[in-house]
Amino acid sequence: MSQAGEAPHTLESPADLRPPRTAVRLAGLFDRYGVLLLVLVMALVSFAAQPDVFLSERNLVNIFRQNSFYFLLAIGQYIVIVTAGIDLSVGSVLCLGMMASAVLTPILIPAGGADPGLLPILILIAAPLVVGAFAGWVNGIGLTKLQMPHPFIMTLGMMFIARGVANIISGGVPITGIPDGVRFIGAGNIPILGFEIPVSLIVVIAAYVAVWAFLMYTRTGRHVFAIGGNPQAARVSGVNVDRVLIVCYVLCGLFAGFAGLIVLGRTGSGFPNAGMGDELYAIAAVIIGGASFFGGRGTVLGVFAGVLVLGLLRNLLNLNNVQPFWQQVLIGVIIIAVVAFDVLRRRLSTAS
Amino acid sequence: MDPVIEARGISKRFGQVVALSSVDLRLAPGEVLGVVGDNGAGKSTLMKILAGLYPPSDGTLLVEGREVRYSSPREARDLGIEMVYQDLALAGNMRIDENIFLGRETLRRIGPFGVVDHAANLRRAKEHLEKLRIHVKSATQRVEELSGGQRQAVAIARATAFDAKVVIMDEPTAALAVKEVRKVLDLIRDLKDHGIAVILISHRLDDVFYVCDRVMALFHGRNFAEAPLEQVDRNEVIGWIMGNRSGQDVPAGHDLN
Repeated sequence: MSQAGEAPHTLESPADLRPPRTAVRLAGLFDRYGVLLLVLVMALVSFAAQPDVFLSERNLVNIFRQNSFYFLLAIGQYIVIVTAGIDLSVGSVLCLGMMASAVLTPILIPAGGADPGLLPILILIAAPLVVGAFAGWVNGIGLTKLQMPHPFIMTLGMMFIARGVANIISGGVPITGIPDGVRFIGAGNIPILGFEIPVSLIVVIAAYVAVWAFLMYTRTGRHVFAIGGNPQAARVSGVNVDRVLIVCYVLCGLFAGFAGLIVLGRTGSGFPNAGMGDELYAIAAVIIGGASFFGGRGTVLGVFAGVLVLGLLRNLLNLNNVQPFWQQVLIGVIIIAVVAFDVLRRRLSTAS
Repeated sequence: MDPVIEARGISKRFGQVVALSSVDLRLAPGEVLGVVGDNGAGKSTLMKILAGLYPPSDGTLLVEGREVRYSSPREARDLGIEMVYQDLALAGNMRIDENIFLGRETLRRIGPFGVVDHAANLRRAKEHLEKLRIHVKSATQRVEELSGGQRQAVAIARATAFDAKVVIMDEPTAALAVKEVRKVLDLIRDLKDHGIAVILISHRLDDVFYVCDRVMALFHGRNFAEAPLEQVDRNEVIGWIMGNRSGQDVPAGHDLN
């Protein structure tokens, strides 16, 4: 710079230089680790209530197995929520993906036929993913090219369309007879270090690591956060906002389809009311995990913890033979409590 | 010397509304041009055309003597034309360094993948802030934690991070506290010392008279008057804003500020 020695453009006000108040620092800690704390508390309560059962390998594996499709629905939903969007269609897309595979099964593998070989199995595994990604693509195109006023509208439409198509192709009745090769993803185990680890758990962990790497280390991933923070800023910075949004909805649909594959494997059948209402459950998990509906905020670890909080809650109530309807009440209470706490925390940190 | 940017006969119509008709503008390298005019005079529209946000309905743009056509802010930026927006186009949820490099992140190759090199971005952001003598607590702060003046400084840092030739600023001091205004204006002077030309839109004649070399007025979407700063006084410029060329008719003591 030209004139050395001139006063620098110090734009700090004295308030910025003060160390943050303890309350603010605590709030910051909660921001980062609050939901993990909640997971810990839930686990401790569960352990205290049923010390023998809760920590058994069978119960722990069950928790992950039962929640694996929620994990996948939530991580897709999270990507969309970071953009300040929402995807109401994931429950129906789960069902459509599952049904696509179920309907193709008797066509590709006729009953009583010889060993079908690998190719039909791979097609049946790919079908839910392709169908899910396609539904997500349609959501993204509708949102950006038809310029829907809010993703709520487009994905609400898709919620009905996907459910309807799932019923049309299946005739509205369950389809059984899913081959073991296809079920392996949702129901299989792989022995690792002497433990029988569910394949679905491995899928979930791989998906979460992949989404984390995508959001943190790719340009498109960073732009997802920029769009959530200020879409106008992203646009004038040369970010192709429409393209990024379409990528987000495709990924969300892909994970919904994957969730369909998992449920298909676990139950061994495609059934027409699969995933009903699960879009709201996934949204709840994402919000409990600390993401903001206004976009740009949240972590992959938080989403994982959010799903785990709800999963542990159901496990706790099941183990203690509490009427399942109480789950619904408690999920509602937790959503409201977590967000109310978040609002309070934000007020604290902006008041400083 | 060729003007670094020149607009010839620029018109812009939005449906029936004529926002600009046949406006000319020339800017020499390292020059600071003040653009004044009443609300609706077409200042912001002209700037958005220069920055590639709108295509002109008519007329030509030349950058360093060569005719250009751009269809996005990105293409304008690639030619060295940057804009600092009135509403500060920053993402509050992201860090300072990320905002500075938004859309132009440094990548590192890992196998077939291009991976955002956060460390390199942070280092370059720090160097750049240092060069502009913009001092913030940390380049990893989130922008939403900053004051208005700090945000403006980040926005300017962002606009100048990549070989900018022209920086267009739309009311950069409008939202600032009084004590922060001077710092932003001094920052504009520093840009000039770096050979960067600046177009400054401002309602505050104090700003214009503090940093500009030349002032130009738009009135009802047309060129109205312009002059080197030393040849005009405040009352004359106020007259231009109100569509008055002589300056004589402005009552003494009448000041738009």
